[in-house]
Amino acid sequence: MTTPTGESGRYGPYGGRYVPETLIPALDELTDAYARAKADPSFLEEFDALSADYVGRPTPLYRARRFEAKAGVGPVYLKREDLNHTGAHKINNTVGQALLAKRMGKPRIIAETGAGQHGVATATACALFDMECVVYMGMEDVERQSLNVYRMELLGAEVRPVESGTRTLKDATNEALRDWVTNVRDTHYIIGSVVGPHPFPLIVRDFQAVIGREARRQILEVEGRLPASVVACVGGGSNAMGMFHAFVEDEEVALIGVEASGHGLGSGHSSAPLSEGRPGVLHGSLSYLLQDADGQVAPAHSIAAGLDYPGVGPEHSHLMDSGRARYVSVGDEAAERAFRELPGLEGIIPALETAHALAWVAEAGRRGEIVAPVAICLSGRGDKDVVHVSRLGGGAAP
Amino acid sequence: MSGRVPRGRIGARFAKLTREGRCGFIPYVTTGYPSLAHTREMVAGLAELGADVIELGIPFSDPMADGPTIQRSSQGALDNGTTVDDVFEVLRDLRRASDVPVVIFSYLNPVYSRGVDVFIREAVEAGADGILPTDLPLGADPELESRILDSPLDLVRLVAPTTTPERTREIALASQGFVYYVARTGVTGAREELRGALAEEASAVRSVSPLPVAVGFGISTPGHARAVGAAADAAVVGSALVDRLGETGVAGALALAADLRRALDEVDG
Repeated sequence: MTTPTGESGRYGPYGGRYVPETLIPALDELTDAYARAKADPSFLEEFDALSADYVGRPTPLYRARRFEAKAGVGPVYLKREDLNHTGAHKINNTVGQALLAKRMGKPRIIAETGAGQHGVATATACALFDMECVVYMGMEDVERQSLNVYRMELLGAEVRPVESGTRTLKDATNEALRDWVTNVRDTHYIIGSVVGPHPFPLIVRDFQAVIGREARRQILEVEGRLPASVVACVGGGSNAMGMFHAFVEDEEVALIGVEASGHGLGSGHSSAPLSEGRPGVLHGSLSYLLQDADGQVAPAHSIAAGLDYPGVGPEHSHLMDSGRARYVSVGDEAAERAFRELPGLEGIIPALETAHALAWVAEAGRRGEIVAPVAICLSGRGDKDVVHVSRLGGGAAP
Repeated sequence: MSGRVPRGRIGARFAKLTREGRCGFIPYVTTGYPSLAHTREMVAGLAELGADVIELGIPFSDPMADGPTIQRSSQGALDNGTTVDDVFEVLRDLRRASDVPVVIFSYLNPVYSRGVDVFIREAVEAGADGILPTDLPLGADPELESRILDSPLDLVRLVAPTTTPERTREIALASQGFVYYVARTGVTGAREELRGALAEEASAVRSVSPLPVAVGFGISTPGHARAVGAAADAAVVGSALVDRLGETGVAGALALAADLRRALDEVDG
């Protein structure tokens, strides 16, 4: 297959720039600044140095033997993005984009956040580079991720709760876009996933692609072969795109994205646009989208705030349509079980988002539907979810 | 390519304004807010009091270019169950009584979801003259854009304060019906004051545009309308009318519209 590089802003028919005219010059400026940065060895050196000394890369690739025994499949490797500074893969992108904003001379940064991980990672990069930082967060997420709100404030960011619409990530993104339309001359929008208008899906993928590059090298070192299956959870899809990108040309490697089916596909309470949506335009790009018959965006639901989004990155839509990647889904209950299970097995508390990928591998392993070696992107740690899950009751897994 | 020269009801209306030396008045309404009955009364009243073009808005769940007023009116309309079919129905009703030009104002997804060709056909059959998609800037989707450009619907395009001069010229040449100049860098919404540079910017757009130039975003009072009217071919008023409609009902909103109409008539076009 031909793999779109994303330089054109299109992945098959998906992607593009469906935004108000006001933003076009800023997107042109960003496209241009990014192309120049990418070709500038000093930019890449600075980014690599920060990735090593500040973010803590490379992250380990850890073989999870007790998880293997329980899932009945192995070897299974976890790419430990939870061990990055701030506890998730999100910082790979925020450090890169903050560096880019500095080069563009934009002193003010805005971001949207769902689970709060991207907000924390943005606030962190802004503290590092001494930039003003405003983070938009849906009121519902402010309530269920209060720990991350406090972390952002400690880091010097202003968190603006968003009361409109469904009061989650989708509406936080609308509000961030409105801020950007208003303050575009001095503000850079650090979008948190491989979504939004071109060049964001390209930039975010490129900054996250370090995940897959490292994982590929690491598994070749220990196994002497490529993984048969690479698995990651998909909300907007940044950890999945980062994990998949280095493997796209390796056609023997199955790429599997796990969406959140919430209360179940067809229930009207899910976040699985690739599984049950159809193409549409939201937040500046064309991609699979949860929507009603009239083209109104449907509210999403997931136990995991970071997956609670009705859209998905355009490159995932293309990878699905072209058959290169496969997208499956896991509901709230199975994700919650996986969240409770991994700590006792491996001493690792995964984020609820990540727990969707773990749950799918465990189920597929038990059914004999997945081929090893398996590499799972352990996209984030679950400290932020502990209070929320403990309120659901039920205690730890036996 | 079709278009690029004034045609149809929109072209005729602007030609008439030019002949009479008057500045055009373009009110916006969110269909279905606060109810479809209100919208029907509003558009009939606006046509009656001399609106030159009516912007008939399709409510959208995620209006990212809009401020609080139109976010609320859109959500209210959707909560009432307003659909694209309702928008066409309102338009058909209006057409029985009036030939005022109507431009459908929409985010792209409700159009895309229906199928662009189906949407165009239904809109034209209902009596629409143009379409103004907020999130379809020039060059975003050439194939889709040309399907609209080649249809009987005028594709009205926007120029923003951030748009470069070369691109302004390209947009003006690729627009149909009129060019919409966005009066400020930001989202829609009523404002106390207009920016000082606005008249100069609008004149700059006008100087490169073969089509009439309408100015909107933040125009709220007769005073604003007079200021804009001196530099543009038409003034678009949205949020201020929507706010008034929400506060005082149709009579109050139409009273504001009549004041705006009068203010624009005091300007030398």
